[in-house]
Amino acid sequence: MRALRMAVGAGVLVGLVAAPWAVDDYTVSLLARTLALGLVAVGVALLTGVAGLPTLGQTAPYAAGAYAGALAGGQLSDVGPVQLLVAAAAGAALAAVTLPLVLPARGVVLLMITLAIGELAVVLAGRWTAVTGGTDGLAGIAATRPLWGLPVLATDRSRYLYTLVVVAVLTGLVLLVLRTRAGLLLRAGRDDEARLRASGHRVPAQVAGVHVGAGAIAGAAGSLLVTAQQYVSPADFGFDTSALLLLGVVVGGTASVGGALIGAVLVVAARDWLFGALPGQAPLVLGLAFVVAAHLLPTARSARPATRRGRASAPAAHPARRPAAMTGVRP
Amino acid sequence: MPVDPYVVPALDGVAYGLLVFVAAAGLVLCFGVAGILNLAHGTLFAVGGYTAAALLDGSWPSLALALAVGVAAATAAGALVAVLLTRVAAAGHLTQALLTFGVALAGGSLLVAAFGPDDPPVRVPAALDGSVAVAGHRYAAYRLVFIVVAAVLAGLLHLVVRRTRAGMLVRAAVDDAEMVATLGVSPAAVRVGVLAAAGALAGAAGVLGAPIIGPGPDTADAVLLLSLVVVVLGGLGSTTGTLLAALAVGQIQTLGVALAPSAAPFLLFAAMAVVLAVRARGLATTRTAT
Amino acid sequence: MTPLLTAEAITVRYGSLTALDAVDLQVPLGQRHALIGPNGAGKTTLLDVVAGAARPVDGRIRLAGRDVTRLGPAARARRGVGRIHQRPAVWDSLTARENVLVAALPRAERAGRWYPSARRRAAGRTADTLLDRVGLTDLAAVPAGQFAHGQRRQLEIAVALAGQPRLLLLDEPAAGLSAVEVGWLAEFLRGLPRAVAVLLVEHRLDLVYALCDTVTVLRDGRTLATGSPAEIRASVPVRQAYAEGVT
Repeated sequence: MRALRMAVGAGVLVGLVAAPWAVDDYTVSLLARTLALGLVAVGVALLTGVAGLPTLGQTAPYAAGAYAGALAGGQLSDVGPVQLLVAAAAGAALAAVTLPLVLPARGVVLLMITLAIGELAVVLAGRWTAVTGGTDGLAGIAATRPLWGLPVLATDRSRYLYTLVVVAVLTGLVLLVLRTRAGLLLRAGRDDEARLRASGHRVPAQVAGVHVGAGAIAGAAGSLLVTAQQYVSPADFGFDTSALLLLGVVVGGTASVGGALIGAVLVVAARDWLFGALPGQAPLVLGLAFVVAAHLLPTARSARPATRRGRASAPAAHPARRPAAMTGVRP
Repeated sequence: MPVDPYVVPALDGVAYGLLVFVAAAGLVLCFGVAGILNLAHGTLFAVGGYTAAALLDGSWPSLALALAVGVAAATAAGALVAVLLTRVAAAGHLTQALLTFGVALAGGSLLVAAFGPDDPPVRVPAALDGSVAVAGHRYAAYRLVFIVVAAVLAGLLHLVVRRTRAGMLVRAAVDDAEMVATLGVSPAAVRVGVLAAAGALAGAAGVLGAPIIGPGPDTADAVLLLSLVVVVLGGLGSTTGTLLAALAVGQIQTLGVALAPSAAPFLLFAAMAVVLAVRARGLATTRTAT
Repeated sequence: MTPLLTAEAITVRYGSLTALDAVDLQVPLGQRHALIGPNGAGKTTLLDVVAGAARPVDGRIRLAGRDVTRLGPAARARRGVGRIHQRPAVWDSLTARENVLVAALPRAERAGRWYPSARRRAAGRTADTLLDRVGLTDLAAVPAGQFAHGQRRQLEIAVALAGQPRLLLLDEPAAGLSAVEVGWLAEFLRGLPRAVAVLLVEHRLDLVYALCDTVTVLRDGRTLATGSPAEIRASVPVRQAYAEGVT
């Protein structure tokens, strides 16, 4: 099983590295943007799958990171890592500011609150013209330099490869962190939060930590989006983006971070292909696809809201245990 | 600061707030009773709005017809969502969110296909097309009447929830969903009933509110967002809280914009943060005692 | 000497229902103290209040003399309160060893092991020792979600002990266990070091009388009697209370 996963991962990586030589420039730039979304999906999987905190609002730190990255590119530095840091900090800061909203909530309430945050962020991006350029967006963003002393990224292919490297590095970092006790604690919190408190763990600090961490990841992804398409507008962060990310994460097998990345890339790519192939009917087909997916996905179907305290008696085997989407606001 | 120039935005805020309340009441119903986050709720409102735009011709009978057709269509759409949800009912919130989002996307696309990509004009009954004097200001007669009608609707809603058997069931389900199941009411029937009723509310709001929040490709998203904010602000299940929150959001969106045009979205954020921070503390004390 | 646990005039209300009405309780260091009484007497509620999972409308909880009434469950756990729930609460997607490891981490932190890997090593040693003590070493790498009820109970005991509690709260630990498992449980609890005080809620009076040195009888949210097992067995009001509705 483990070997299979490694093989799939390696195969996907080879495919992604080779992709820009196989398709045209426009598709390459689309793919770069898709990879950035895949990185946001990594954060969504971290929250929704690993920690059991479902979210529809990661577009908010994604947007914050994108605008911060764009501004940093224009006024601070054209060096990629600097922009990434600024963007990640902006995403983390936005997540931190909204902590009072999300900390007490779980389950469907959290889904509602995060959706409201994400949508409000888009409204804000559209109205705060002085900084964001309003609904027209920010265009003509200077090209990024991948490292100090290197030439700027002038082609779609180079921008794609830069995005790929950053996404791979950050995803690897997340996977490494999940192998430490942080990963154990997050999974334990998803299984039974009350037990975690009863063992003396500071659960609110953990929940805050994973929200801010996922915010930083989304922020970094925002910077990648700006680097990849050299343009940013509120349309990049709409409600449909949140839903596509969630679908991608569910397709990828909720609790798997790598799966979420691949799932999101596939779903977004399918969306882009659909909008190219059937311009008029695309939203209708996509909507029906969501409905069908909700019925077919085994992970989605077996995702049951867990009780606060696990099961009454445990039969020997539980196939495909999936995230605990606890209901309600808790103290 | 002279109060005078702000009378009109303040009144607009009341109309806007009441409209959002009727729409949000449906969302509270879905969420509170069935535990469903219905992302297609804004689309049901848009169904009502487009019906109004298509049927209203400036006469009173056309308004009655539009109301009847709009409410019926939105009710049916709500029931359809419930039926689609039946097969995935055991699955988690994520699946429900994905499914209702799919319905919203497909529904929105069908509406645009049927009514075109532009915002259609809405003609109110001729008798209400003019304006009346309010405190020395000209104010649209329709909006004034709408305020009265929506207030009556809100009052009726309150009575139904507080006084009738169905309302008691609804409140019981909000408190304890398992208990209602033990009363012998099938959860599937409750879901269909609740989503249909929520659809009716959204449809009525969509028809009557079409001259205020007109139908268009962006309507569904905007109404869903406002309803969400209102539900969250209002305490996730309380009718009175939802009403107060809706009125507050109405004022933020109208008076707030008039007073401080660039700050309005920040104000919505800030209001949510303040209310939730205060409530989280309040909840902590009430919850631990139960 | 100050008792380890002092509950003073604890009152808890659920709406109009009074679950606990000015209940006093003292558990000295190392005592084995049982709470018995008919269903609905308020035993679990009292454990909730001691653990910090429920907040009383009136009254105080002191741990070793310190007022902890306003502290939450996590803070109390760090002050030495361990708990076993009526339904065994373990983390299903974690292996048995990971369960105990996670529970041992806060203690390792308090022990001043600020260096992460040292902390993890210390917690790992605790986990291995405890799994051995509850007899789950062979299943250390199995996810807890695959455990049967009795094994979950064993694991939860290890999880609760991983925090090195001074006070162990046990809520009907024998419920749902087979006769063999109950025998194991009694043996295990008898073997607990005296550094751990035990507050036990249990319906099985044989277990209570065999393990505990003090028994408190609750009924309708009030203390009916407190005394040694012999005194309680002889007490007329206790017998009457039990005759009316025992389990």
